[in-house]
Amino acid sequence: MKFKHILNLIFLLGFTLHTQGQNTLKGIVLEKIDGKDEPLYGANVFWLNQNIGRVTNENGEFSIPYQSNYKKLVITYVGYQTDTLVISNTNKIKHYLRPEAELDEVTITTRRQSLSRSFLSSENKINVSSDELLKAACCNLSESFETNPSIDVNFADAISGTRQIKMLGLSSPYIMITTENIPTIRGANQTNGMSFIPGTWVESIQITKGAGSVVNGYESITGQINAELQKPSMDHPLFVNAYAGINGRLELNTHVNQKLSEKWHTGLYLHGNQRTEKFDRNDDGFLDIPLKQQINILNRWQYSNSEKGIISFINFNYVNDNTQSGQVDFNPNRDKLTTNAWGSESDTERFETSLKIGYVNPDIPYQSLGFQTDFSYHDQSSYFGLRRYDIRQTSFYSNLIYNTIISDSRHKVKTGLTFMYDDYDELVDETNFARIDNSIGGFFEYAFDNLTNLSLTAGIRADQHNRLGFFVTPRFHLRYTPWSKSALRFSFGRGKRASNIFSENHNLFASNRQINILNSNDDIYGLAPEIAWNYGISYLQGFNLFGQKGDFTLDFYRTDFENQVIVDWETPSEINFFNLNGSSFSNVFQLEMNYELLERLDLRSAYKYFDVQSDYLNGRLQKPLIPRHRLFLNMGYSTASKDNASQWKFDLTYNWLSEQRYPDTSLNPIQFQLPQETPTVGTLNAQVTRVFSDKFEIYIGGENITNVRQDNPILGAENPFGSNFDSNFVYGPIFGYMYYAGLRFKLTKIKNK
Amino acid sequence: MKNLIITLSLLLFSYTTIAQNKNAKTIIEVDGVCGMCKARIEKAAFSVKGVKSAVWSEETKHLSLIFDERKTNIKSICQTIADAGHDTKMVEATEEAYQSIHECCKYREEEVVKEHKKKS
Repeated sequence: MKFKHILNLIFLLGFTLHTQGQNTLKGIVLEKIDGKDEPLYGANVFWLNQNIGRVTNENGEFSIPYQSNYKKLVITYVGYQTDTLVISNTNKIKHYLRPEAELDEVTITTRRQSLSRSFLSSENKINVSSDELLKAACCNLSESFETNPSIDVNFADAISGTRQIKMLGLSSPYIMITTENIPTIRGANQTNGMSFIPGTWVESIQITKGAGSVVNGYESITGQINAELQKPSMDHPLFVNAYAGINGRLELNTHVNQKLSEKWHTGLYLHGNQRTEKFDRNDDGFLDIPLKQQINILNRWQYSNSEKGIISFINFNYVNDNTQSGQVDFNPNRDKLTTNAWGSESDTERFETSLKIGYVNPDIPYQSLGFQTDFSYHDQSSYFGLRRYDIRQTSFYSNLIYNTIISDSRHKVKTGLTFMYDDYDELVDETNFARIDNSIGGFFEYAFDNLTNLSLTAGIRADQHNRLGFFVTPRFHLRYTPWSKSALRFSFGRGKRASNIFSENHNLFASNRQINILNSNDDIYGLAPEIAWNYGISYLQGFNLFGQKGDFTLDFYRTDFENQVIVDWETPSEINFFNLNGSSFSNVFQLEMNYELLERLDLRSAYKYFDVQSDYLNGRLQKPLIPRHRLFLNMGYSTASKDNASQWKFDLTYNWLSEQRYPDTSLNPIQFQLPQETPTVGTLNAQVTRVFSDKFEIYIGGENITNVRQDNPILGAENPFGSNFDSNFVYGPIFGYMYYAGLRFKLTKIKNK
Repeated sequence: MKNLIITLSLLLFSYTTIAQNKNAKTIIEVDGVCGMCKARIEKAAFSVKGVKSAVWSEETKHLSLIFDERKTNIKSICQTIADAGHDTKMVEATEEAYQSIHECCKYREEEVVKEHKKKS
């Protein structure tokens, strides 16, 4: 046996020696840097006038077939002078390339739009840059969409004081909201989660309309919003933002970022806000805006090793938020849960930690592996008048993603596994609801790009969920470019989710409606999972008019529910939750036009049409408090930036909503009856920013400067413990005009070397 | 037997890594001016069997390539790109191939190059 091995070995050795020895020329290509030899990776080595060429490996080595009639060897590489060597034997070559003279630097002068739609991606994606986020200077993620017509922002009600967002006519639970692609604003965090992400922490936002990707989960129905946070390695070493509004709101944001070593960066982000002043401009005895206090701390650690292709983030976040609202005279210490005065408090404590690791093969950039995991603990205890609501949620999420290509990089593939675990413990008045949800699933997404006029993304995932069962989620996006500067998009997809009826309809507690759940056979509060299909078509066309750039978009999206938990407000003394029996859909049409009127003067305009209907107990109705029409206008102007970066920026936003349907109040006593529809509402916001240098800027602005107000936002305010008390009829601003001012100070980076 | 497999695989491994790289990586210079050129250049590169990744930059004129050296080589890629009408350092496009590209992509014309510089 042994003998045979040796024979084989000799044979093999001989063979390799033979092929390499006689017919190949070996060598190494180097460069001299500071007198040291550095290998050149990727240099081209080929025989002149022969169709034989090789590329040097990471050690600068090459080996190329040789024949005695091959005489001239060319060694060339981008950025280096090409050399031709005369070869007469197969002695090993060691060759140094010399850099070419410095190339002219190319500068691109096009101004980047702060809100941009992609012409190329297969998804209908809008990128919101940090410049855009500065246009509405306040203050957290839920308030970041004021200048973006694709997202509809509700007026804050007097009890929670938070602004809920909508996409395609449906509220935020139907949107998958992620921070750095980890789903975080869900479950118990749905209520206030968006106000737990301070605006200055956000580096950029990506909005995808329609089905979205399968990579992050199955829950999204109308779209996805992803917020990228500031990265310790990119953010300023020191950043301070202070803000004060005449509604008594004070905010302070401080970022401190430090480089610890070549590979490690860390950042500490502190946010505090408070509102202690009491306002009752409409004299209804209730605070117009709640009193608030929040402390929010984020600590990020970033590891980046570009040689090994590893990047990692570790985050720790702690939030403590207290809100008090209700009657002006309400004193929590004295009046809590009594009928002395109507008041509400909500205390939330939240801890979250997450880890992300990404590995990109440095030699093969299209191969990468990503792992993200997140743990959160959320504890909210609250009361509204005599009603109590507590929710505690412990969640664990983990996602593994592998990226690669099939044959070449026009065909990309993503595949991976997702694990989710949610432990809910809820107390609603005297009733306890507790449940544990867990799911495990796998996904596969294929993306194709023909490099010119067609790209598509087709994804599918399969999940096993203890309450939703086993189910498959397909999603598809396609982009076709029929002619230049255009994009025609189609999409469809399915979403499925468990509705957390109390945290998603949190404001119902600020009424004396009786809560009824009309089904009892299914697994989630007796209700069945929500299932919907979303279909979209969109057309984007860019144009040049009078030498200036512009584009317009036509969007139509339909969401069709197979099952939905219907929230029925149509019986005045009740709120009814039940499984959809019949149909529920949303059709939303959007026309958007963006045009650069003059240099640095941008106009953004949009018209939206909503048709959102469901089958309620008394028949098919338009969803309450959604306008049929919305108009949006935004104008931004900035003066040319001087050498020291100083400039002025002006921004004006106008929003108009048509009549909205009130929930039915016809069974109420006559003094508590509302008309069928609300009046129309138009609001105007303006902001001026003065940038003094790249270190310092101040801004002042006004929200709702024409002082439009809804006079009686609370029904039955005189008797808050009576059966007609309800604070859920908010269609417009309660507070009226609001002015604010703020400053931003940043230490700019000291450039290395 | 075990030893044999190890030696064998070692031998084969060293043989392939030195001689022919499955994921050879390089950058070459390709002349062109616009987004249309980019699509044409990258498409041409991908049409060569064995090319796994091809990204051309309008700014630097660099085409970053990853390809399987067992299936193709840099000269064949350059030849295919030249056949599509774009000059590389190794192979120049024939007049005929050059004439086949769109008017706005005529990178050899000074006027066209200027026009594109103005736009960007």
